Amino acid sequence: MTRLERFQNNKNALGWAFMLPATVLLLLFLTYPLGLGTWLGFTDAKIGRDGVWIGLENFSFLIGDEVTRLALFNTIFYTVVASIVKFGLGLWLAILLNKNLPFQSFFRAVVLLPWIVPTALSAIAFWWIFDAQFSIISWVLMKLGLIHSYIDFLGNPWNARISTIIANVWRGIPFVAISLLAGLQTISPSYYEASAIDGATPWQQFRHITLPLLTPIIAVVMTFSVLFTFTDFQLIYVLTRGGPLNATHLMATLAFQRAISGGALAEGAAIATLMVPFLLAAIMFSYFGLQRRAWQQGGDK
Amino acid sequence: MSTAKKNNDDAQGMDFLQSMPRRWVTVYIPIVLFVIVLLFPFYWMAITSFKPDNELLSRDGNPFWIIGPTLAHFEKLLFKTEYPAWLLNTVIVSVVSTVISLAASVLAAYAIERLRFQGSKPAGGAIFLAYLVPPSILFIPLAAIVVKLGLFDSRMALILTYPTFLIPFSTWLLMGYFRSIPYELEECALIDGATRWQILVKIVLPLAVPGLISAGIFAFTLSWNEFIYALTFVSSSENKTVPVGVVTELVEGDVYHWGPLMAGALLGSLPVAFVYSFFVEYYVSGMTGSVKE
Repeated sequence: MTRLERFQNNKNALGWAFMLPATVLLLLFLTYPLGLGTWLGFTDAKIGRDGVWIGLENFSFLIGDEVTRLALFNTIFYTVVASIVKFGLGLWLAILLNKNLPFQSFFRAVVLLPWIVPTALSAIAFWWIFDAQFSIISWVLMKLGLIHSYIDFLGNPWNARISTIIANVWRGIPFVAISLLAGLQTISPSYYEASAIDGATPWQQFRHITLPLLTPIIAVVMTFSVLFTFTDFQLIYVLTRGGPLNATHLMATLAFQRAISGGALAEGAAIATLMVPFLLAAIMFSYFGLQRRAWQQGGDK
Repeated sequence: MSTAKKNNDDAQGMDFLQSMPRRWVTVYIPIVLFVIVLLFPFYWMAITSFKPDNELLSRDGNPFWIIGPTLAHFEKLLFKTEYPAWLLNTVIVSVVSTVISLAASVLAAYAIERLRFQGSKPAGGAIFLAYLVPPSILFIPLAAIVVKLGLFDSRMALILTYPTFLIPFSTWLLMGYFRSIPYELEECALIDGATRWQILVKIVLPLAVPGLISAGIFAFTLSWNEFIYALTFVSSSENKTVPVGVVTELVEGDVYHWGPLMAGALLGSLPVAFVYSFFVEYYVSGMTGSVKE
């Protein structure tokens, strides 16, 4: 056996050799920046200038900063409202798609479109739909006689918050619906048949069959959905850039504004670091969701 | 119940118990409404990009239709802006980063799933954790790194950073596919004297083609749609990608050129929609597979 052949049949050496490209790329551009970002949060780095350690100064400044507190509130509000609406409508759409429909695969393909096109570009379409002067929504509502002047969708704080949430929900529903549909398709129809014979109403079937069997997948899907929504950037950047009066600033857009547009690299990094505890909470949620799934299947993996 | 026709098709479930009018109200009308709402922005994008300016900026008439369609917005977009360069950049960046990520992911997934080297379990866990790290918390330190490496304002910056979200995803997906390939095939090949590399190339990869397509399509659309890195790491117009170029370069001051903007959004969405339409099944299985595992 030559040395090359021996190497090729040595599990450990070959395993690590195969892992090498992925490991190098991820260590250099994922693990290292993750650490660097945390470190930057404790320095006073600016663009073009390495910082020195200043301890918790950035964080104590940010906690006292009105705009940061508003951004934190906005992010939580945006995430909670958008996630609940996405879950409700997504589950409804998944249940509808799971019925025996004509053109089922066509519907399923079309429904995913908002998810696959670039968000920045569909956000531009929403920008035009929400235009203060020529909004199509205002035009229709005017024609129906429901309003008397055009709505300023993005110019007023609460209108802007709701409009951005609508755009986010529009984009997120397909992911929730198609993932939950995959979960629904694994539920055996015999449960529904058996419960119908015992006289269960559709609501009882949903409550006592669909929901419990779907819970594990709901946990995972919603964790991802919360993760995407909490760290959202593109939609806000395109639609409002955080305005009006910082009413739609999320943590990610504020971090961008402070660090890249404003040059205060360290401050932006500190804002990004503040997001980490929330992300960890979401991941824990997913972890326990998966645990429960394994337990339900009787597996011990 | 006993007189109801026996239903052999499991997928049909209990639907036959519902009357037709009831089905219309509870199923067909809601689903059509969903589809209309989900597709409306695309319709609006398309119709705006063919509308002449005087129709765009008017509140009279029927805004849902065009009276005198025009190609002026596309002409402006393609000949008076750097849109073609953005398109080229996006294609290059997406294709190259997808190929790099797929190659790295195939090797990593095979090593974790089949070589079972010491430490393969923690490596799999680390890959999953890496998948959960969002670009929004990485872009600031990454910008510093990109500047240090002298890659700022180049395609290379994007080609090297996109794998950070493509590799974890593709590896996770491919691990699932490799798991479904029977061990026996590999054991037979080992007995016949094949090396691990031969097994990977001649047995595992051909059997994992659907998985490779899923991962490839997914990686391609993810990198085509990427925004925050492209916005942060590239500053000169000729190096921008389509999403960033349209958002930052086509908006001049307070005058919004809605026609070219919408035309740019439409043209930038079409390639991914086109690729997607050919591989819907692979895309869906990739998306749901990553959630289910």
